[in-house]
Amino acid sequence: MIEVEHLVKSYGQSRAVNDISFRVEKGEILGFLGPNGAGKTTTMRILAGYLPATSGTARIAGFDVLDQSLEVRRRIGYLPETPPLYPDMSVGAYLAFVARIKGVAEGEVAKSVEDAMRMAVITDKKDELIKRLSRGYKQRVGIAQAIIHKPDVIILDEPTVGLDPNQIKEVRSLVKNLAGQHTIILSTHILSEVEISCDRVVIIDKGRIADIDTTRNLAAKYKHGERLKIVVKGNEPGLRGLLESLEGINQVEIENDGHGQVGALVESAQGLDLRAPIAARIANAGFELLELRAVNLSLEDIFMRLTTKEEQEVKAEEPEKVEETAEAVEKTEEAVEPEKVETAEKAE
Amino acid sequence: MKGILAIYRRELGSYFVSPIAYVVIGFFLIATGDFFSNILEILIERSFMAQMQGGQFGAPPAIDVPMLVIRNFAGVITTIMLFLVPMLTMGVYAEERRRGTMEMLMTSPISEFQIVLGKFFASLTLLAAMLAPTLVYHAVMARFSEPAMPWQIMWSGYLGVFLLGASLLALGSFISSLAEDQINAGVATFIVFLMLWTIDSRIRGSSTVWTEILKYLSILQHYDTFAQGVIDTTSLIFYLSVIALGLFLTMRSLDSMRWRRA
Repeated sequence: MIEVEHLVKSYGQSRAVNDISFRVEKGEILGFLGPNGAGKTTTMRILAGYLPATSGTARIAGFDVLDQSLEVRRRIGYLPETPPLYPDMSVGAYLAFVARIKGVAEGEVAKSVEDAMRMAVITDKKDELIKRLSRGYKQRVGIAQAIIHKPDVIILDEPTVGLDPNQIKEVRSLVKNLAGQHTIILSTHILSEVEISCDRVVIIDKGRIADIDTTRNLAAKYKHGERLKIVVKGNEPGLRGLLESLEGINQVEIENDGHGQVGALVESAQGLDLRAPIAARIANAGFELLELRAVNLSLEDIFMRLTTKEEQEVKAEEPEKVEETAEAVEKTEEAVEPEKVETAEKAE
Repeated sequence: MKGILAIYRRELGSYFVSPIAYVVIGFFLIATGDFFSNILEILIERSFMAQMQGGQFGAPPAIDVPMLVIRNFAGVITTIMLFLVPMLTMGVYAEERRRGTMEMLMTSPISEFQIVLGKFFASLTLLAAMLAPTLVYHAVMARFSEPAMPWQIMWSGYLGVFLLGASLLALGSFISSLAEDQINAGVATFIVFLMLWTIDSRIRGSSTVWTEILKYLSILQHYDTFAQGVIDTTSLIFYLSVIALGLFLTMRSLDSMRWRRA
């Protein structure tokens, strides 16, 4: 349904999008994941026919986005980063206007508006002025606008940004409902979001595709070994000593909270289950075992691995990046509990 | 056509949900009404004087009051329009950009041509709504007019004023399509119109080769032939060209948004 080949977009010297290629099959949900400024919005704008690519091609439903722009625009629904709304219009009037410019036949405008409002769960706001709506409702009107003409392809740029947790859930289920009949590309910088809603993920960083695969395959690919999370009551050197002396341990990261509780993140060789021996050793050392569990590699960890690698290379030239990396490391540690991170993101 | 109509309807609606249209039309009617009665008063006085002098020296009275009123009033309307049109056009494209709705219009299956034309027709409708009530002034004058009201001159005068207004709207919209926000657009449009006005009043009455060329190019000159009852093809084509140029440039400007960094 969507074929992108060697897409490049340069602004003067800098390349916002640098040689991106991918395909999306019909009915698939593709997640676009990357830090802010990675080139997500630019790529989506090119696909939507708003910006021309510097080189490379993009085709939607067989039509070139540049040469057959009108054909492409007939087949896409697009929600830009900020929902494109007219504050002085009522929701119903606005959607009727959008339906008309999207080429919905006059006799079907009313029905399209009803359908889109039902899908986006905004039917009760039909006569409300858009400027009086909350952020969440505005976002949903923006989504309704993107689906009103039942396009083959729906492009959503950060559809959940600025929403509260309940609204995010609603938008996600809305996206899930749209899948199947529509092909969807959505971008986000929230990792758990892609994990929940998308079939496949494109990880994009500094205009390049760092990787592209299903979330499960990505996890398998970047898993270098088994990971365990341990929390004990005891002292740090003791814990470190007993863990590092174990056979098959590759890496130990100690986390000391200073109040007698010591945590550790242990990476061991693939296929090795060290939970029982570790528990035994901790008991022998006289520490109280508070927590011991296997940790799955989250998308967040994969993302960090893919993106910080490059960041370290440029660190020297761009000192401000150091701070970002530090922040990012903090996040990785939290990633053990993805739900927590998600709420923190929302709280912003 | 459908696309143009959809844009037209939304645009016209947006004029009337904001207070700007009401304020502009209201002010326009108050100002023109005042000027109209003023012009009428002065001209009637002058014609009395002429009549009295005529009585003294035996020459017949030679002042055609209705015709002079129409001509002078057309001049007043155009001057007021120079000040009001920027307020009507400043937001036309600049607001769409600021709100991000331009991105939606540009990614919808409608062409720049449809967007520009829809918006232009909406502003023309507003212009017509602004001018129409002033016809009442003429109707009142016609009741007491002696010799009979020259309706033809009035209609051709209004055609000239309307064409001039349309040209200003096309230029103002173009400037709005270039500006970041509506304040910038409004100020820039106002300055451009003020320059047109300054140049125009500077060249009036002078007739060197250069001022003749400038006179031909001044959009404030051409309505005058209409206000004298002549539908001059040169002036007609001049205005239509200015409008076409303004709309064309606006289309190019919208198209260039795709190429510039948004």
